[in-house]
Amino acid sequence: MIIPTKEKGADISRRDLLKKGGAMATVTLASGVTLMSFGGKARADGLKPGARWGLLIDAGKCPEDCSACVSACSKEHGWENNGLNTDPQWIRKVTLREKSSGRENSLPVMCQHCDEPPCVDVCPTGASFKREDGIVLVNKHTCIGCRYCMMACPFKARSFVHEPVTDQRTHSPRGNGTVEGCNMCVHKIDRGDGTTACVEACQATGNNAMMFGDLNDPESDIAIAVSTYASVELRADLGLGLGVRYQNI
Amino acid sequence: MKTLLVSVLMMAALLVSPVFAEGLLPNIPAALGEPHPEGNEFWRINHPSILSHDRDLTVQNGIREIDGSLKTCVACHAVDGPDAAPLTAASPEHACVACHEYVAVKIDCFQCHNSRPEEGDWAAVLPSLGGTPESLRAYLERISQ
Ligand code: HEC
Ligand code: HEC
Ligand code: HEC
Repeated sequence: MIIPTKEKGADISRRDLLKKGGAMATVTLASGVTLMSFGGKARADGLKPGARWGLLIDAGKCPEDCSACVSACSKEHGWENNGLNTDPQWIRKVTLREKSSGRENSLPVMCQHCDEPPCVDVCPTGASFKREDGIVLVNKHTCIGCRYCMMACPFKARSFVHEPVTDQRTHSPRGNGTVEGCNMCVHKIDRGDGTTACVEACQATGNNAMMFGDLNDPESDIAIAVSTYASVELRADLGLGLGVRYQNI
Repeated sequence: MKTLLVSVLMMAALLVSPVFAEGLLPNIPAALGEPHPEGNEFWRINHPSILSHDRDLTVQNGIREIDGSLKTCVACHAVDGPDAAPLTAASPEHACVACHEYVAVKIDCFQCHNSRPEEGDWAAVLPSLGGTPESLRAYLERISQ
């Protein structure tokens, strides 16, 4: 007896149709009612070709008592700080103190989106990966929660979800038993917002300490700023090629 | 073979008394919006593979316009509870759970993905309806008549 492989056949032909018939227009079923997903809008890659998304943070403009970026991230991605050392580490405010002079600096630290991410090197399943546009992510569908990446990260930018989570933001799924960290608001980047929740919040306070943009686009504000003013990478000695740069530290 | 079995079951369901038939097939709540163009049968069979195929498109390639988007599934397939808020997957009446319990499938997706939509999600799925919960409820009442 031939077992019908309905599932596969149907799926392939459907995909082929979509690939070949890229121009297949949005299906109109009744007047004014169209289908959002079938055909129509091109399934072009959501990634901007050749982009290298990055952040530029001016510690000189970042007041110690401000944590607008942290609250904005918490709201955007639906995580909470409980004052425990198992807290999420998407973004946090850090105070740096130079020993000899006593000069203090306050700045936000999040995933630095390395060119050569140690978290990717150590991941046994390939769940920790770098998108083509430079954003370092956890593919939570394949993350087994081993936490090697947390140990490999020089910036303590990842954390593990220890408890069951409910009522997540629908654009930012997160749950027990997997590792998480700053995803540079990929959902916003992919829909073309051209900014992240933390940068928006920082600009709203008027401090303007954070800037988001494409480091590879010479016309972008961030690329111009980076090529004009001095900025550094944290732990530049490690040679990881960070996507996040700091000024005045 | 599978198809044969299903049709035998369906026949059985039709032959027995209506009271009994109700318990024999899953009671899947009506969904909002337009039905899938590929049909219910296609989706019953293929939704697991569509979901697992398309999620990689989003996570790896940043493609957000996918057929198998969990975020949109739960928006159209939302079922209101007694307090007029959509039910979570903890409820046996949640659209996905209603059928999965019947077919003895357990999914872990809702450990991370919210099993119900946020207010703003309506607009993305059903732009032609104005995207407000009120307009959607009115629409639902219309189609259930
Ligand atoms: C635009 C709204 C919309 C979206 C988005 C949507 N559905 Fe549906 N779906 C429907 C409608 C309407 C029906 C028909 C329901 C009925 O017959 O009562 C349906 C039917 C189904 C059925 C068959 C149900 C049955 O009674 O046999 C399955 C399974 C299903 N959908 C799964 C999914 C999954 C999985 C997703 C997400 C990938 C999804 N749907 C997204 C509107 C939607
Ligand atoms: C008409 C009944 C029906 C409905 C409604 C339904 N499912 Fe399913 N689902 C199934 C069946 C049957 C399977 C098992 C298929 C198989 O194993 O081949 C399944 C399997 C799955 C799987 C794969 C599970 C695994 O362990 O591989 C996922 C994911 C899934 N469903 C998601 C959903 C979501 C999300 C919804 C709600 C939007 C939904 N389903 C609604 C019948 C349904
Ligand atoms: C451990 C957490 C986790 C689990 C469990 C999980 N996901 Fe996801 N899923 C994510 C994250 C994180 C994303 C990326 C969201 C983004 O970038 O916007 C995602 C994205 C997706 C997307 C694309 C976004 C959308 O909904 O449009 C789909 C589809 C999806 N997952 C399906 C599934 C299915 C089906 C299951 C269950 C078999 C599942 N996921 C289980 C975390 C999870």
